[in-house]
Amino acid sequence: MSEIALRPGADIAVARTATGWKSDTMNRRVARRYASERRFRAVGLFAVVLSGGFLAFLLISMLIGGARGFTQTELKLTVDFPSIAAGTTAEALKGPQADETIAALDLETLASTAATAGYGDGSAALLSDGAWLKLRSALKDDPTLITRKAVIWVPASVDIDMAAKGKGDGEHKKIVDRLKAQGNLHTGISTTFFTSADSTDPTAVGIWGAFKGTLLTMLITALLAFPVGTLAALYLEEYAPRNAWTDMIEVSINNLAAVPSIIFGLLGLAVFLNFFNMPRSAPIVGGLTLALMTMPVIVIAARNAIKAVPPSIRDGALAMGASPIQVVFHHVLPLAMPGILTGTIIGMARALGETAPLILIGMRAFISSPPAGFTEPATVLPVQIFLWSDEVSAGFVEKTSAAIIVLLVFLMTMNATAIYLRNHFERRW
Amino acid sequence: MSLSMIALLVLALGAVAFLAARGRANLFKPEGRERLHSRPNYHAAHVMLWVVLPALIFLAMWSYVTPRLVVGAMLDSPAASQLPPAGIERDAVLSEARGLADGSIEGSFNPAAEQLAPVYREQRDRYTLLGAIAAALLALAGGGFAWTKLRKDFRARNRVERVVMAALIAASMIAIFTTFGIVVSLLFESLRFFEKVSPIEFLFGLEWSPQTAIRADQVGSSGAFGAVPLFWGTIFIGAIIAMIVAIPLGLMCAIYLTQYAKPRLRMWMKPMLEMLAGVPTVVYGYFAALTVAPAIRDFAAWAGIPDASSESALAAGLVMGVMIIPFVSSMADDSLAAVPQAMRDGSLALGATPSETIRRVLVPAALPGVVGGVLLAVSRAIGETMIVVMAAGMAANLTANPFATVTTVTTQIVALLTGDQEFDSAKTLAAFALGLTLLIVTLILNIIALRVVKKYREAYE
Repeated sequence: MSEIALRPGADIAVARTATGWKSDTMNRRVARRYASERRFRAVGLFAVVLSGGFLAFLLISMLIGGARGFTQTELKLTVDFPSIAAGTTAEALKGPQADETIAALDLETLASTAATAGYGDGSAALLSDGAWLKLRSALKDDPTLITRKAVIWVPASVDIDMAAKGKGDGEHKKIVDRLKAQGNLHTGISTTFFTSADSTDPTAVGIWGAFKGTLLTMLITALLAFPVGTLAALYLEEYAPRNAWTDMIEVSINNLAAVPSIIFGLLGLAVFLNFFNMPRSAPIVGGLTLALMTMPVIVIAARNAIKAVPPSIRDGALAMGASPIQVVFHHVLPLAMPGILTGTIIGMARALGETAPLILIGMRAFISSPPAGFTEPATVLPVQIFLWSDEVSAGFVEKTSAAIIVLLVFLMTMNATAIYLRNHFERRW
Repeated sequence: MSLSMIALLVLALGAVAFLAARGRANLFKPEGRERLHSRPNYHAAHVMLWVVLPALIFLAMWSYVTPRLVVGAMLDSPAASQLPPAGIERDAVLSEARGLADGSIEGSFNPAAEQLAPVYREQRDRYTLLGAIAAALLALAGGGFAWTKLRKDFRARNRVERVVMAALIAASMIAIFTTFGIVVSLLFESLRFFEKVSPIEFLFGLEWSPQTAIRADQVGSSGAFGAVPLFWGTIFIGAIIAMIVAIPLGLMCAIYLTQYAKPRLRMWMKPMLEMLAGVPTVVYGYFAALTVAPAIRDFAAWAGIPDASSESALAAGLVMGVMIIPFVSSMADDSLAAVPQAMRDGSLALGATPSETIRRVLVPAALPGVVGGVLLAVSRAIGETMIVVMAAGMAANLTANPFATVTTVTTQIVALLTGDQEFDSAKTLAAFALGLTLLIVTLILNIIALRVVKKYREAYE
């Protein structure tokens, strides 16, 4: 009987009877629907897990690849300083002319002769190109070394470094095994990575140069985008009359927030570099470009925060005789500040990870010393990552991942701060 | 002493003026039933603004004209008599002289520069001193004028508030200036490009090889600027491959997290998805180039697909799709939440299972919002640069094979503007024409998307 009721288009004349919910057909039908429900749910869960899995895979592969980038293999070297002293005394190395005196010493040759003496002919190739820098800093720290032989750990070459980390070819692997057995080789945390700048030799590169460039650029961005964005938001939300002019401002802000970042790079190139003749590759130009890009984000976040302040606060202040400016700056702005700061940090985090506009304004140059000021050539962390990822030498792969870890840690700290601010200071009315 | 030092001194002077004026204003006593109009801080701020603003505005203008004046004075000096006529050579000598005077370079190739350096230094110091004196006079005059106004009944607050208001308006004008700057600079450079290459060829030409020959008499010296292969590559990666990944995953994530997930899971998974959007694009690019692209190439080689390249469209598109997931999911999330509860309840009350409700009621009702979100995601994807620069290739192919290499608009902008460049060549100007096209397309996509979303919101409100 339920057969009839279920079949659409069945003879209408047949009297409808109660649906047989317990019949086999119905049970099968319900089971089918429930199975489809479970399938749909499973697909949803699968999508969530897959997306989360992508993130986890990305982070884990960076972590595994990057962890080695923080370490550096070092070789024990017995250095015979007196052999090149040629009359240089420890006193001269302490005196006012210390830098010139050290520069006059042929430390590069000394490093290779020490390697040859210690490990046989051709062993100079075991050393990194920057090994002699280690000798120089040792000599600066302790000038008396010039009078005696000393044991100094210096960075090993890329091939040895890779082999010691289990990635080299057979020949270097054998050398590494032999040196390790003798206790002449060890791999440890590298301070070079945190203190030096770009280099052509992966064993000598560091992120400090790019990091300092990032700090300078972000400082400019924050100093410009935060006040301008906040003031613009205050005006639009609190004072602006509704007319064509303010509509135009609103439309431009909303459009700017959607403009691809590379367009801001073109703007920076055409306006700041070619029209105003500002210095190429300088943090000030990068900061200005990123500030223009970040400002709309801050304005939109700040407007929402200002909107959330209840009108009763304004009315109360006005009733007590405050002027419109006083109402905003004494009452509305302090209450909206946590929300504005959250938006600013999120906007800054986006600017921090931005690469494309900075490449266009020339911040991709090879810069081997940290920038000293806002107008010096500099590079920033994301661009440094981009540059290293283009390098052919195998040693750069782990350095790139290590730099990515530093960038991500920095970003996560910023985002965590934003979330903390939002949770602890933002009031809901 | 540099101009920025002078500016700092002016600011210090302003601080002193502020303190002095406040001390004075603190002494004002109301007589009888009289009420003071402005609080001491407003009187102080008024004086400070008069000290600081005129002097700073003057310094800003001065810093703009000084370099020209200095160079002019330097050229008039006897040391400059044997300089080459105006042009690149003379500019080179002048910039060397400037470097020598600043101490930023130590020696010069040009003996003329060494002679000019002292002249330059002398003239620069002279004009800086002039500027300093003028700024000091302005600050003192402004301060003095404001000091005369420092009376009990002076309405200082209104004056200060007018300045604050002007600052607020100026801040909101910057958005307009930026938009204006973008449009004008792109249009201007694009017009110069279209003087050399016809817009028809640019928009409909099928061949892209911007490398111009070095000698004018070489064959094909003008390069070919048909951008269709770039447009196709951009659409192929950003609007097709990336969306095939992002739409199903993003939509299903949104559905699962809003309709099925327990609050605990939602609390953890939503920020995790948002983190996908927060990872810098250069990291995605590196990941695509280092991990995904080789895997896809190996797969293609194993499956015997022709034209497999290590810089495949698929690698860039897949990774970009992953990056876009959170955009699609958060837009879908919002539109699902905007569907009235009554529609959902009605469907469930008729005996539909949750998945039937979602598929037959919620998603169709939320479709305009989802479509809007997808359009926004597409506009984001086609403007994305780093992933395609690092993982997609440089060869402008017109192919539908996802394992082959294609190039995109953004990749070409970066390629055209990095490395050796002279600013007038068609090659560099082409980048601006590409930028203009990109800007127009993303804006149109955004406008349509916002329209769609807004219309749909209105329908339920």
